[in-house]
Amino acid sequence: MKLIRGYPEYMRKSIKQVERTRPNRLEQSIPPMSLDERKALLTKFHPDFREDQKRALACGPSKGMRIHRELADLLEAQPLVTSTLDLNQIDFDVDVLIIGGGGAGTVAALWAMKEGIDPKRILIVTKLRHGDSNSTMAQGGIQAADRPNDSPATHYLDVIGGGHFTNRADLVKALVMDAPSIIAWHESLGMMYDKDADGNFVENPGGGTSRNRMHSAKDYTGLEIMRVLRDEARNAGIPVVEFAPAIELLMDDRGRVAGAVLLNLETKKYRIVKAQATILTTGGLGRLHMQQFPTTNHYGATGDGLVLAYRVGAELIDLDAIQYHPTGAAFPAQMAGLLITEKVRGMGAQPVNKDGELFVFPLEPRDVESSAFIRECYERELGIETPQGMRGVWLDSPMVDMLHGPGTIEASLPAMFRMYQRFGVDMTRDPILVFPTLHYQNGGVVADERGATNVPGLYVAGEVMGGIHGKNRLMGNSLLDFNVFGRRAGIAAANYARQAIAGKLSLAHVEEYKRQLRDAGIDNDHAAPQILPEYRGQEALERMLDIPI
Amino acid sequence: MIDQPREINIQLMGKDYKVSSGLTIIAAIEYAGYKLVRGAGCRAGFCGACPTLYRRAGSHKLYTALACQTLAEDGMCLVQVPFVPVVRRPYDIEEVAPSANIILQYYPEVAACVSCNTCTRACPQGISVMDYIQTALRGDIEQTALLSFDCISCGICSSRCPADIKHYPVGQLARRIYSKYLLPRSSQLADRLDEMETEQCEVEVETMMHLSTEELRARYEQRSFETVAGRDQKHSAIQKWGTAVDPVDYRDEVEEVAY
Repeated sequence: MKLIRGYPEYMRKSIKQVERTRPNRLEQSIPPMSLDERKALLTKFHPDFREDQKRALACGPSKGMRIHRELADLLEAQPLVTSTLDLNQIDFDVDVLIIGGGGAGTVAALWAMKEGIDPKRILIVTKLRHGDSNSTMAQGGIQAADRPNDSPATHYLDVIGGGHFTNRADLVKALVMDAPSIIAWHESLGMMYDKDADGNFVENPGGGTSRNRMHSAKDYTGLEIMRVLRDEARNAGIPVVEFAPAIELLMDDRGRVAGAVLLNLETKKYRIVKAQATILTTGGLGRLHMQQFPTTNHYGATGDGLVLAYRVGAELIDLDAIQYHPTGAAFPAQMAGLLITEKVRGMGAQPVNKDGELFVFPLEPRDVESSAFIRECYERELGIETPQGMRGVWLDSPMVDMLHGPGTIEASLPAMFRMYQRFGVDMTRDPILVFPTLHYQNGGVVADERGATNVPGLYVAGEVMGGIHGKNRLMGNSLLDFNVFGRRAGIAAANYARQAIAGKLSLAHVEEYKRQLRDAGIDNDHAAPQILPEYRGQEALERMLDIPI
Repeated sequence: MIDQPREINIQLMGKDYKVSSGLTIIAAIEYAGYKLVRGAGCRAGFCGACPTLYRRAGSHKLYTALACQTLAEDGMCLVQVPFVPVVRRPYDIEEVAPSANIILQYYPEVAACVSCNTCTRACPQGISVMDYIQTALRGDIEQTALLSFDCISCGICSSRCPADIKHYPVGQLARRIYSKYLLPRSSQLADRLDEMETEQCEVEVETMMHLSTEELRARYEQRSFETVAGRDQKHSAIQKWGTAVDPVDYRDEVEEVAY
């Protein structure tokens, strides 16, 4: 297919329409929707409100909770191992096992150590490499109320209102009260935050924040935090086993979580970890591709932690609320689902349809904006279909330079500009195609302010934990969340580990869960955790023979 | 209906495959039937998990790239380099000092740099890698930190270096020393931490926690917003965020539907 400055010819024709209407649109926008219009749009088009896409969990501790189909399928899938697995050979005997080597897990490890656990008695296990996580991909920043016109109470109000007053108050308190000390810890570790000449942080606003409290490190805030945490964990000599996801938790004969079964992804050999305390820091679920949405998440974000926790009896919360970001890239295909920051619209770029018409106020709330894009593409049929069959609407990015002066995009959105440039699109000259993308798991495993779940010996932190953000997370609170609750879970688990003596290891809970599935009339043959998403080509899969070699 | 994209021929480790055109290298490998375990991470250019070595048809040169950020081309011969065994030397951030020779103490190999610039040419992030190795050699911690900032630790530079320099740990060490010892500490943060010793902050938060949802809602709606000085407000998202119709409020209007 011939591309003209990055786009096929039929898309170029649509771009001509965008250019034709641009002069008028530079002068005028359209008004925001009324509250009634918003409500109608959301209930009809927002993925979270599609009741036909959800179902009630048939068994387990949160039985009856209505969640997305894809996640329910996962939670009601068969375990990968049975209770006949030989647990007698213990490969790792540790005080604190941490499952997940992203931000939360690394913070938990460092604080378990500071709490007095010998680093050699800590073990981080992770599915991919240490640091392969959504934490690394976070761009925007981290919130903390540390300026004179701000306060933890103001931060509290922003968080709880942003979550539609569905957040757990004690968790929000922990989040906002710990935030300044987390930044101080980062400062002492030598994280390269953006600072002014006096050493104070450069702080920006974010969606739903009433004060400027977004600390950032250019567009690479998550990367900077993650690589320094990892560097520190390496300096401390904390052992990490990579490419070894936990496929089941282990319990002891007294009903406490006491370790995990690991799978070496390359040799398929299993290994047994016995642990006095276990912290789940497995992150989110974007790679489940709910309702076929693309995602901003990393390759391993398949919700494994939810499955593991649920089988040992941990309760779940708010998993009906998934965050979709309105502007994920839709074209070129190699960028599908990648995040286009809200800042592009904030600086004046308008979303327009294939005829170049502005169809929605550009700065509606995230989910309203997402719903409008979906309506434009799938009800009104005025989206643009890519050669790969994905639909999207134009985000008229050249308007940014026209409104703010040439060079603005390159200066203020450099990462974005570079990424498009790598694939032959000049976003300063041509509009970019966007569609909503699956971004964040708002809910998760229920835990208290120490990160302790309702199952003894099991702690959680980071995206896998629920309740902090209620039904909706604000920008800048996920980097904060994994630091605050990673630290708390690391400390709590360390203290628990000192007193606990794990008993005889057991997988009886797996049989018990299978019994519950049978009693609920669930008879399927798919298995979970999923570990990795399936992206192999259809043709290759159709002719694949599953032959042991 | 849009024309089906045509296929291209690529070689994976010397073996021929036909794959759909328009795919990134990572997607082309998957299209061919490989289930990736190594060599895939964030798939968005942030993590450095997918370094690739390749040759182009008709060229004798060896190129480097990130597989998730580069399109597969007809005639490419590809090999994944999922791991570059780079030595990093442990240190205690509390003990290192921002002295001119600190980096040389940990990574004396930087002195062996022959200025061939292979590292810079190999870097998929477009970083001036050789320049920051040279600044490290000169003891300029600040420049080493600034120049290396966009590094994603993929290790391609080190795999190509004739002097066996460990580039990304050098950058990491410089950035941490620079940030901890050469950047001034935030006095505002220190003041806030002092204030929090007095429990005043906790009392304020506790007060919020004891409000009814109706009272909380009222306070939320009455929030004052910080204005941003010196910014063009005309098309600013900040202006929108600062209005009464806050972007995060909408669910309250529809919560009876789903919650």
